Amino acid sequence: MRIETRQDIALWRVILAPVLAVLASLALGAGLIIWAGEPVLASYWALLKGSLGSRFALNETLTRSTPLIFTGLAVAVAFRAKFYNIGAEGQLYCGALAATFLGTGMISLPPYLMIPILMLAGAMAGGAVLIVPVLLKTHMKVDEVVTTLLLNFIILLVVGYLLEGPWKDPMSLGWPQAAPIVDEGIWPPLLAKGRLHLGFIFALVAAVLAWALMRFTIWGYEIRAVGLNASAAGFAGIGVNATVIRTALISGGLAGLAGVSEVAGLKGYLTLDLSPGFGYAGIAVAMLAQLHPLGVILSAFFISAVYVGADAMSRSTDIPTYIADVLVGLSVLTILVSVMLTRYRIRWS
Amino acid sequence: MTEKSVSVMPLLSFRGITKRFGPLVANDAISLDLNQGEVLALLGENGAGKTTLMNILFGHYMAEEGEILVDGAPLPPGSTDAAIQAGIGMVHQHFTLAENLTVLENITLGTEPLFAWRRDIGAARAKIARMADEYGLHADPDKPVGALSVGERQRVEILKALYRDARILILDEPTAVLTPQESDSLFETLRKLTSKGLAVIFISHKLNEILSHTDRVVVLRRGAVAGTVTTSDADRASLAHMMVGAEVNRPKATAMTPGDTVLRLTHVACRSDSEAQSLKDVSLEIRAHEIIGLAGVAGNGQRTLANLLSGLIAVDGGTVEILGATGVADPTELVRRGVGRIPEDRHATGVVGEMPLWENLISEDRRGAEIARGGFIIDKGRAVERTKRLIEEFDIRCEGPEAETRLLSGGNMQKLILARVLSRGPRFILANQPVRGLDEGAIAYVQNRLLQARTAGAGILLISEDLDELFALSDRIAVMYHGRLTPPQNTADLSVGDVGLLMSGQEPEAAHAH
Amino acid sequence: MTGDFLEILLSAGFWAATIRIVSPLIFGTLGELICERAGVLNLGIEGIMTMGAMAGWMWVFQGGDLWGGIVFAAFIGALFGLFHASFTVYLGLSQHVTGIGITLFASSLSYYVFRMLLPNATTPPKIVPFQPYAIPGLSDIPVIGEALFSQTPLTYLALLSVPAVWYVLERTPLGLAVRMAGENPVAVESQGIDVLAVRTGAVMVGSAFMAIGGAFITMSAFDAFYFGMINGRGWICVALVIFASWRPGKALLGALLFAGLDALQVRAQQLAGAQIPYQFFLMAPYVLSIAAMVVMSRRASYPKALLVPFRRGDRV
Repeated sequence: MRIETRQDIALWRVILAPVLAVLASLALGAGLIIWAGEPVLASYWALLKGSLGSRFALNETLTRSTPLIFTGLAVAVAFRAKFYNIGAEGQLYCGALAATFLGTGMISLPPYLMIPILMLAGAMAGGAVLIVPVLLKTHMKVDEVVTTLLLNFIILLVVGYLLEGPWKDPMSLGWPQAAPIVDEGIWPPLLAKGRLHLGFIFALVAAVLAWALMRFTIWGYEIRAVGLNASAAGFAGIGVNATVIRTALISGGLAGLAGVSEVAGLKGYLTLDLSPGFGYAGIAVAMLAQLHPLGVILSAFFISAVYVGADAMSRSTDIPTYIADVLVGLSVLTILVSVMLTRYRIRWS
Repeated sequence: MTEKSVSVMPLLSFRGITKRFGPLVANDAISLDLNQGEVLALLGENGAGKTTLMNILFGHYMAEEGEILVDGAPLPPGSTDAAIQAGIGMVHQHFTLAENLTVLENITLGTEPLFAWRRDIGAARAKIARMADEYGLHADPDKPVGALSVGERQRVEILKALYRDARILILDEPTAVLTPQESDSLFETLRKLTSKGLAVIFISHKLNEILSHTDRVVVLRRGAVAGTVTTSDADRASLAHMMVGAEVNRPKATAMTPGDTVLRLTHVACRSDSEAQSLKDVSLEIRAHEIIGLAGVAGNGQRTLANLLSGLIAVDGGTVEILGATGVADPTELVRRGVGRIPEDRHATGVVGEMPLWENLISEDRRGAEIARGGFIIDKGRAVERTKRLIEEFDIRCEGPEAETRLLSGGNMQKLILARVLSRGPRFILANQPVRGLDEGAIAYVQNRLLQARTAGAGILLISEDLDELFALSDRIAVMYHGRLTPPQNTADLSVGDVGLLMSGQEPEAAHAH
Repeated sequence: MTGDFLEILLSAGFWAATIRIVSPLIFGTLGELICERAGVLNLGIEGIMTMGAMAGWMWVFQGGDLWGGIVFAAFIGALFGLFHASFTVYLGLSQHVTGIGITLFASSLSYYVFRMLLPNATTPPKIVPFQPYAIPGLSDIPVIGEALFSQTPLTYLALLSVPAVWYVLERTPLGLAVRMAGENPVAVESQGIDVLAVRTGAVMVGSAFMAIGGAFITMSAFDAFYFGMINGRGWICVALVIFASWRPGKALLGALLFAGLDALQVRAQQLAGAQIPYQFFLMAPYVLSIAAMVVMSRRASYPKALLVPFRRGDRV
């Protein structure tokens, strides 16, 4: 077997890659469906219907895609600079913590100030989580994957402590949850029915801004250069450490916004199960999008559809809902291979 | 010189080896013989097919046509193991040693069955000691390779081959990393080996070495054998002509009157955080219209000096004055001041391969007024316009400004870097190994461009491992050894031998006195 | 307070707990160490440990015997290692992303399989796990005997693995090839040894170790499989490998230090009562892991070819 570099990369291959990856994941997932004794096509049809088949389902899929767009962007931006932020889950919770801290009565402002201030606070909190890992990476060469992963566990314990201790809502009948966000901080719903809220629009705007940042600006240029060849970037005068730190802060900020969105947009208050792994799924979202911020919108929608649809599918069949997590995990792996096939050709000899 | 027995059959022969990569014919029906007890030079430019041929010998590539015979028996293709079993050993230009492991571990890897219960360390130690005595190749078996000098590492590589009872030793550009004196000792070793019946293939493009230390020369050009001659019948001109296929016309500097000072180093000390050599008390002055050549064996501080003058690291002592201002630790500011920097490794630090040409051409002034609109948005229109102009001006063969830079050939990639550097009209140029790995055409182009820049008023520091290049282009030559710099001397007053002695840390006068 | 701690440190119970906690960490750390010495960072560890925990437990729950369960877990672990290696070794894909992908995939697949086989289990069903086996004679030594020689056979296996892995890496030709593959793969290839095969083998063996580490948790430390029960132990092992500078002996020391602090933390929690929230004690292992990496970061001499894929014909 020999791996050869392709001389030119056709656009259709780049577009085809995620499609292939998704199909491959679904094909592999089919094995699990067969094992569960269910018909493959009918089950996938149930998944599709459960995620897109009705106004309610579509609304739910878009609602769930909102935090995934934020965490997907967080991962995409960071990975562009080869900063492997696997801590979007923890940063999400920190964003939620900041919004809860300020938004449950500490300050009182009209909505047009309250909403931006909560977002700013959440983004700053998310970014702040990465300060230690990124400085450890740039100044002491400590691998950021492990530190960001371990921080996820630490942050969840902090949240647990706050929700069971000082921040526990006395009105919550014993459940570990924080006081609700004040009305001025709540993001309004977009439609009369369903849970879709303003956060979805914010997520789209964030994706467009991230795309513009990466494509048109000096910062984006520097982030890409550092990720592709740090030594050449440094030689050209790009501050490699400064760029990585800046990228980390942007990435953490985006993940923090996912937490604000869930607290202020969806739930209304902070709980320990605010995120069913949006941070980790964000890795799949970003990889499927090939780290392209606009692609993140599409892949977040897809991943969200898998989660929402799998819930519906498992209600009508004997397939456990974990099928969704399996498909998400698989797609991280299949996209790696299919993207590779756009850049390289494998020769069997 | 083979007193024992003159075998009629060649030890190793290539018969009509042909290898294609797509449309490119890397080896075109190559046939050559290697006899017992001889040193055969394999001469050719970069890309002439030497490396491909050796890769086929060692089974890394499969030839489409032809076969290889060892002692008249065909060598199974595609098998490294078969080549080693047949007694062929290779010393690569980039050593294949693990720095964190010991000499003994490096030598014995692969000599025992993989699934044995224990390594026979005692027997290995004894055999290494025996070989050290026999061939004069001494190395401490328990030292980690990382603690050895370059010359010692090469010795370990040779021991590695001999440990496997190699009868054929192939050395790929072995002297590129050695001082002339270390090279001499290598040739002595090779003589010792051939007198014991081994045969050596010596891959090189240094004509002097080939003429004085080999028995026969096979010249490769564009994948085919351009000629085979007995060394005693050859001379520089004929070999060069065979190698290039035309008269070699490398540019030569003509005398000019130096102008103002562009670079002044005064007692510069610079610690290096990595494994590179630190600088100690380096002083140097370069003026406009002047090329200073910097000679030295790799690893003596050239890289640290280059990093310093590129703005990548800061000084620890002394002063650096470039183009009238002191202080250096910022590439962007240096470029703005009028410094042009040609990096040592164009792939690793020169360009970002996955970015298009136009993005690589703006890398140094991306925050400058021409490119950055409002200081933040990249003006792609202007960048592409600039790229088109420079592609034309520097004759860069490519598909256009949007082409991926990694797809350029070595020569065109270097032209791209030259375009980035020279289009700004720099007044001080750091040229670090500017022609390494290029073919003759590109070498002449790069050297001519540097001479033009000198004529236009630039002062140039030329770092090179190729003494021919230094002597042809430099007004004065300085030598770096263990982080110290000799005072530059006029090129006309120096001989290659003098520079060689300086490169090994000796004073020519002192050496003459003995 | 000081007196209390002294009492804890001298009690056999504390040391026995330390040895119990350290066992899965030893397996996981050795597994990661083997992969990394061959040049492959295996971030699939968290998922592979989950898989091993589920597979070994399920084997026994379905009627298999305990050692059969360990072999089965190791086999499944090796399979995931092969999966990892086909991506990172043969295709040369990003070791970071592949590892995370394997972890996401393997953990969710474990839960899926568990749910498939036990769809209606509300309280996690139990098996009869490995029982402590007191080594005759040695277990009668005061304190040490109870701590070290009255453990389950799997713990003895973990402790014996340390010199075994050391011996194979340092004293056998295969171990030399593995280490060389992690330092300079071109050197391995130029001696006619298949680098890709060596690396793949190392990742498979290392992953088998990880899976056994996971199985220890469901088959020796506990008797049931819960969701999320690996709980970051895999990531802690990755940190421990760095702390140990890639040496098996130091890995044992690091793991012991770590487990000792963990065991201490559990007892301190009881001592502190309600004064300090329990979450802060639970945080200790993760904080310690980060601290361990920071402490060793400057001195660590990592395998030179770690994270560097090898392609045949490169620079030869």
